[in-house]
Amino acid sequence: MIFKAILRVVSKLLIPPIMLFALYVQFHGDFGPGGGFQAGVIFASAFILYALIFGIDNARKVAPAWATRTLLSLGLLLYASVGVAGILLGGNFLDYSVLADNPVIGQHLGITLIEFGVGATVSGAMITIFFIFAHQDG
Amino acid sequence: MIAAHLPALQVVVPLMAAPLCVLLRRPALAWALTLAVSWVVLAIAVLLLLQVLETGPVTYPLGNWAAPWGIEYRVDMVGAFVLVIVAAIGAVVTPFARRSVEHEIPRDRIYLFYAMYLLCLTGLLGIAITGDAFNLFVFLEISSLSSYVLIGLGKERRALTAAYRYLIMGTLGATFYLIGVAMMYMMTGTLNMADLATLMPAVADTRTILVALAFLTVGISLKLALFPLHLWLPNAYTYAPSVVTAFLAATGTKVAVYVLIRIFFTIFGGVEVFRINLIGDVLMGLAILAMVSGSAVAIYQNNVKRMLAYSSVAQIGYMVLGVSFATVTGLTGGIVHLFNHALIKCALFMALGCVFLRIGSVNIGDMAGLGRRMPVTMASFVVSGLSLIGVPLTVGFVSKWYLIQAALEKGWWPIAVLVLFSSLLAVIYIWRVVEVAYFRPAPEGGPAPAEAPLSMLVPMWLLTGASVYFGIDATRTLEVAGGAAAFLLKGTP
Repeated sequence: MIFKAILRVVSKLLIPPIMLFALYVQFHGDFGPGGGFQAGVIFASAFILYALIFGIDNARKVAPAWATRTLLSLGLLLYASVGVAGILLGGNFLDYSVLADNPVIGQHLGITLIEFGVGATVSGAMITIFFIFAHQDG
Repeated sequence: MIAAHLPALQVVVPLMAAPLCVLLRRPALAWALTLAVSWVVLAIAVLLLLQVLETGPVTYPLGNWAAPWGIEYRVDMVGAFVLVIVAAIGAVVTPFARRSVEHEIPRDRIYLFYAMYLLCLTGLLGIAITGDAFNLFVFLEISSLSSYVLIGLGKERRALTAAYRYLIMGTLGATFYLIGVAMMYMMTGTLNMADLATLMPAVADTRTILVALAFLTVGISLKLALFPLHLWLPNAYTYAPSVVTAFLAATGTKVAVYVLIRIFFTIFGGVEVFRINLIGDVLMGLAILAMVSGSAVAIYQNNVKRMLAYSSVAQIGYMVLGVSFATVTGLTGGIVHLFNHALIKCALFMALGCVFLRIGSVNIGDMAGLGRRMPVTMASFVVSGLSLIGVPLTVGFVSKWYLIQAALEKGWWPIAVLVLFSSLLAVIYIWRVVEVAYFRPAPEGGPAPAEAPLSMLVPMWLLTGASVYFGIDATRTLEVAGGAAAFLLKGTP
């Protein structure tokens, strides 16, 4: 599809706003609709669009297998680490109130980090799944 | 400080180790991490059991949100017992896994194998520890999804179809469970099991709850492979990698039986479901059919792994039979058989893993003369086989003794006879393997297979030894299982 000029130009124009919108959904998640899962899917869709238009091999150069797997694992680790941080700071697992001096700020910080972990894992997983189906490269 | 957080750490430690395995990538490092984690997990499970024995149920509100609003982890006697079973099997299977996995899994996928194995362990432990009906569904999915992957990693391509079939059946089961939970939530407005138990008697007679109970029972019966919903099990166990079969046969179905027990005796604890409708009778009928038909079909199998898979269907029948009595003796028999059968089946599948490592096949025809060539492995197979049959001085005898006693207590002697009959069928299929391995000459020519490596023999014999030890001195296991049964039948928790 790399020879279709319109598709190429439009997708080039669209990919940065898609990523930006993903980040908006990510960080606005605790005030409005959205959150880590949705943001992760939107973020991954930018890569999937790129792969559809410019080919799997080019997309694999942008997001190699090790990178997406690392992103995927780091997201889960971040989630669990926030929980463990709660234990280390004297609360229960996933108790955000102890993360900062002020419980309200703590809750805020906790859910933001957790959602960021979710977003990283979901986008990593989505990209990995797409590449595995498209490329059969394991 | 740590002691108070053991319930959370029980699940979080293996959960965090799984992504670390992906980051480490090197097979040896991933294995070492898995080994360390599986031993830590066992230590936590044992500490939790001791804590429960000493002070009664332990609860842990996640994120400090009090139950019933937040998710609560709740460890009581049954939960702690199942945690110890799963953790112990995990701790024994991991050292066994290194050589077997190197042999059966492509090298570049080994780290992913261990990551999935840890996730599966996480899910199974989570099911046993959570006190929240919806959280249980989440852990059920974590353990199921990872076990589909583990089964699909088998060497033959048929492993993929087996995994796919299990995926379809398992997803149906999980969906039915979720529908059941949603209906209970509709009627009671809560997902916490203890809270459900107190609210249930008031709404128990409604049709919604009756339908919910039906969905829950059928859904979990799919997961635990109760006859006639067992069709996914034989292929999944046959084509999965040896380590996976040993691990899942000893833990997966046991945890599902635990969920069934939880539903009947905790969530519906105040209602006495078995008295007001037919569930007990239906379960008992299906359990007996499973016992007899599973053992009978096992006799005709030429693949020994498939033979033991059908035997598992029969053994699940014993456990469900114990549950369906709904008496202290019967439930004790069912719960103690969770532990006993885990020891037996894990050891048997490990022996087959050793055989597969050395001769590359687990067909009965290829095992001729193995009794002399792999004496240590086959001796373990024989001892565990005797235990499966239920010979005195082995754990199999203890469970069957309790089940027969429970049947006689109620005056249902035909059931006692059927338990014995099914054990006699087990004699036949175990004997077929023994006959080929010990009394048939090894094939001429070709290299003689050597004994399996020590790293596989030691875990296998640990389990075999345990199945004799707990057969001779069953006081500890029976104390916990009996305590758990009495606790469950007390009604509301």
